[in-house]
Amino acid sequence: MNDILQGLLEAGRLVVTLDPDLIEISIRSLEVTLSAVLISSLLGIPFGAWLAVKRFRHRRAAIAVLNALMGLPPVVVGLVVYLMLSRSGPFGVFGLLFTPAAMIIAQVIILTPLIASIAHQAMREMWAEYHDLLISLNTTRWQRIKALVWDGRRALLTASLAGFGRGIGEVGAIMIVGGNIDNATRVLTTAIALETGKGDFALALGLGFVLIGLAIAVNWLIHILSRTEVSGQW
Amino acid sequence: MVTQTILPLRLRDARVRKNGRVIVGPVDYELPADGFTIVIGPNGAGKTTLLRMMHGMERLASGAVEWQVAEKRARERQAFVFQIPVMMRRNVLENVAYPMQLHGSSRKQARAEAARWLELIGLAEAAERPAPVLSGGERQKLALARALIRKPEILFLDEPCASLDGRAMREIEAVLQSAHSEGTRIVMSTHDMGQARRLASDVLFVHRGRIHEDGPAARFFEHPQTPEARAFLQGDIVE
Repeated sequence: MNDILQGLLEAGRLVVTLDPDLIEISIRSLEVTLSAVLISSLLGIPFGAWLAVKRFRHRRAAIAVLNALMGLPPVVVGLVVYLMLSRSGPFGVFGLLFTPAAMIIAQVIILTPLIASIAHQAMREMWAEYHDLLISLNTTRWQRIKALVWDGRRALLTASLAGFGRGIGEVGAIMIVGGNIDNATRVLTTAIALETGKGDFALALGLGFVLIGLAIAVNWLIHILSRTEVSGQW
Repeated sequence: MVTQTILPLRLRDARVRKNGRVIVGPVDYELPADGFTIVIGPNGAGKTTLLRMMHGMERLASGAVEWQVAEKRARERQAFVFQIPVMMRRNVLENVAYPMQLHGSSRKQARAEAARWLELIGLAEAAERPAPVLSGGERQKLALARALIRKPEILFLDEPCASLDGRAMREIEAVLQSAHSEGTRIVMSTHDMGQARRLASDVLFVHRGRIHEDGPAARFFEHPQTPEARAFLQGDIVE
């Protein structure tokens, strides 16, 4: 109990004094995760919508695989990305290992199936609702996807926010491919892991509370900007 | 430039099969270029499937649905109003404007034309309201405006007035008669014999998935040719 109280106080101190290290790793956390969420959303949302409207032979198997990929172990993803980006790996020439770009790549691999799967679920329900109208209007597949994505944008926002939630709290993969290097690849979660390892529980807990606060603030801001939960909106 | 008509529509030995059972067909029928056709028949007779088949929304198990022009062009000049109208998650104006935007009109053009249609059908005040919160009658009027906005040559309607009150039904019928007088071919199913008598120029009586009887409305209502049609008009249960 004492540790938690100390953690809260430490979080307050870090925020009030605008601790430069805290600001730096918070900004990096947001940069990495928001970039990964953006890329994953651009890949996952159209793919989820396409999967909802397209009928093909192994569709069920594809959906099952997609759903299974939601549970990809981050450490394994981190390891695979590490091997791909290491000097001896196929993409070693780009020199991305231990950079924020590597962390974004790892997070994109983790988040895309999650966002695509939630988007697919939302789009499937909308497709059942819109099917007859869009077929009757003689729409192309692209027009169908566009209509579903636009009209379902608020449901899709939930998919992206779920991705953000998973990404901002992720530690295993980014620790491996980022290396938790001070002033370069350290983010809130890897800093928490480091401080816990050093035994500084108050600071670790303080960073944890800042992380939670940050996640709530981003979610709240996105809801405000997208005008969800406003009467007359969906 | 003279635009070639897509009518008449010909159904040749057309069948629709579901779960291994033929539910409509075989149908051999030619829908003439003019008229207001009412499709009637007992529940489960296949009226909805017949309309969907004509519109090209049902995969044929055999036979053909033929228009005077290529299928793709014919589809662009048809519209369909469903018994339970689909309300897109947009406001009323954008719902009506949607078909125009699909076919190349600018957003501004489409919205202006949609606003004109909303005025015509008495929904102008609801233009900015979300479509899914409209009442049943308003939804059906919206669906009608959305179907008519691109001036289709033929309009299919599947029981558009089912569960509507008298006033809403009168308003829908007025819009349909106006569209018909401006040259839109109408094919509509209904359960309401009063409505069928008011609107029909010709009738298709569907029974057990087949067109059992067809012809001018006056003749059908006065002198039905088959025992099933007679029984149906007398209000008997037709199996």
